[in-house]
This record gives sequence, C-alpha cells and structure tokens, in this order.
Amino acid sequence: MARLTPEIPNASMADIAFLLLTFFLVTTTITNDKGLSIALPAPLDPNQPKVEFQQKNLYAIQVNSTDALLVEGEPLDDVSGLKEEIKKFILNRGVDPKSSDNPEKAIVTYKADRGTSHKRFVQILDIIQNAYYDVWADQAGVTNKKYRDAASDLTKDDNREIYNKGKKDIPMNISIAEPTKVGG
Amino acid sequence: MSKFKKKAVVKQDIPTASMPDVVFMLLFFFMVTTEMRKSNLEVMQRIPEASQLRKLQRKSLVTNIYIGAPKKTELFGKEPKIQAEDTFMEISGIILWAERQKALLPENEQEQLTISMKVDSEAKRGIIADVETELRKANSRKILYSANQKKEILQ
Repeated sequence: MARLTPEIPNASMADIAFLLLTFFLVTTTITNDKGLSIALPAPLDPNQPKVEFQQKNLYAIQVNSTDALLVEGEPLDDVSGLKEEIKKFILNRGVDPKSSDNPEKAIVTYKADRGTSHKRFVQILDIIQNAYYDVWADQAGVTNKKYRDAASDLTKDDNREIYNKGKKDIPMNISIAEPTKVGG
Repeated sequence: MSKFKKKAVVKQDIPTASMPDVVFMLLFFFMVTTEMRKSNLEVMQRIPEASQLRKLQRKSLVTNIYIGAPKKTELFGKEPKIQAEDTFMEISGIILWAERQKALLPENEQEQLTISMKVDSEAKRGIIADVETELRKANSRKILYSANQKKEILQ
C-alpha cells in the first residue's frame, strides 16, 4: 500500500526569508558608539591651592562666540597648519626657550565661549587630539589609525603594550576651560 | 571543419538549491546585529564629523544623552534641550540621572560608565558645558563626544 507522505511546500521559503531579510536590512541602524573621548577633571576643590604654570608651557587656543579662532594670541583663519604647530609645541623639549620645557609639562589649553557651536568645538578638539595621537603613534612606531584601534581595546596584551609605549612620558594634557559668557 | 559545428553541451543553470541557506545566513546576521532604537528622538541630531575617533567596546557601559534643538519647535521652542531616554531633562536633574545610570551597573564597573554625548552640530557650547559641570559633580567623568568619521582627503 502506497503511503502518501505529507509535504510542506517549501518553494516560498526563500521568498519569506528574503522578506524578513529586507525588513532587517531596512530597520538596522549600525549604532555608532564612536567619537572623541575625553575625561573630565575632578570637581573643583576650593581648598586646593592654585597651581601656577609657566606661560611658555601653555599653548592657548580660544574660540569665540562667532566661531573665530585665537591661537597663542594670534587670530587664525586656516586651521590646516594648527596640528603641526601643536606637535612642535609638545615635542619642543626646551629647544626653543619660548616653547614648552618637556611633553610632561606642556599643556594645551582650550577655551570656548558659551556661544561657540558644537561643530566648531569638535573640529578644534579633533585637531588637538590628532596632534597627540600622531605623537603617540610615532613613539609606538605604528600608524595613527592602528594606535587608536589599539587604544580602544585594551583587553589584549599587545594592544596595551602599544598603548603604553606611545603614551610613555607624553600625557595628553588638554585642558578644556570653562567657557566665557559673551554669546549664547 | 567540424570543430566549428560543435555545440557546447555544458549545462548553464546556476544551482539555486542553496539560495535559501545563503539568505537565511544573511538574515540571522542582520537579526543579531540589529538594534532597535529604544527612545524616540525629540531633538535634532546632526552629529559633527571628526577624524580621531575612538570606539567604545562595551555597549553596556555606555549611556546616551542627546542635546539639540527640539524637532517640534511649536511645542518646545527653539532653544536646545537635553534628552535622556524618552524625556527631556533639566540641568538640575542630571546629577540624579547620572547616579541612577551608575546604579544600574555592577559595583566594580560603575567607575567605567561612559556618557556618550550625542550633540547636534548647531547646539551651543554653553548648554554642553553646563551638562559637563553637573557630570563632574556626579563623578561620572568619562565622556565621549559622539562624532562621525570624517572623509579623509588624500593628499
């Protein structure tokens, strides 16, 4: 006796799968948890004595409420050369007596205004961090991109090695000051 | 002469039997990687561009805070507002909010909480600085200014 085997038609399976696939393709937003990473300073302690820094160890960058830039007291329109200037300042090591003594003492101070747009703020912060990452990557002997990738994932031993080698004796001294209150 | 008359007898069908498998594989990939946005964004989010990005590895240690001009200007005005989760937040509420976010993490990881600031390009620095001052008080000091990768110009 011939037994009828029940069958589910599966010709449409590919179609259904395609439909689901399309749905997920459209709804997927690859979340980008990427950005400029900074650490805020500890809250101000009023009892703490004021620390004076020598003027030559400070590299002052200011942005006003119209997004105009002032670097070391001079207005600057074209930011393309700023990164190299900062690198030169960090790695001066006392060669130029008017510039920083050593990378540990060198501080890049960054002051914006309450009216500065976030776009401009990020653009300049990006340049400052770029200078530091370049210096670190050079010291670690890798490319800038590779260095940042290593710094993002410190769970691996060789990444941590690269990270620490690059950072050695060169702390990222970026001081983001309280904004002035001209605009905004 | 005969060699010109020879017809190719090779089968020209592409085997399609494995297509559902391939499609299912892709489907599973997208099902796993997809992440539905939990909160409805009520503020503008034109994320600025930058080149020196750092990736955050552990998503569980990140919470987002959104700052920008409201989308519904007729309801909420044009001034940038702070949104966390689903609601607007006042500056004064940030410390409490940050404490609550920290409390959600296991105790040994509370220090590693990173606040991802998703700030609209046109938002002003003032409101962001106010948020940062509060976060300093709440002692959650790891911050990420969310940014998109800038297209590198080849020289």
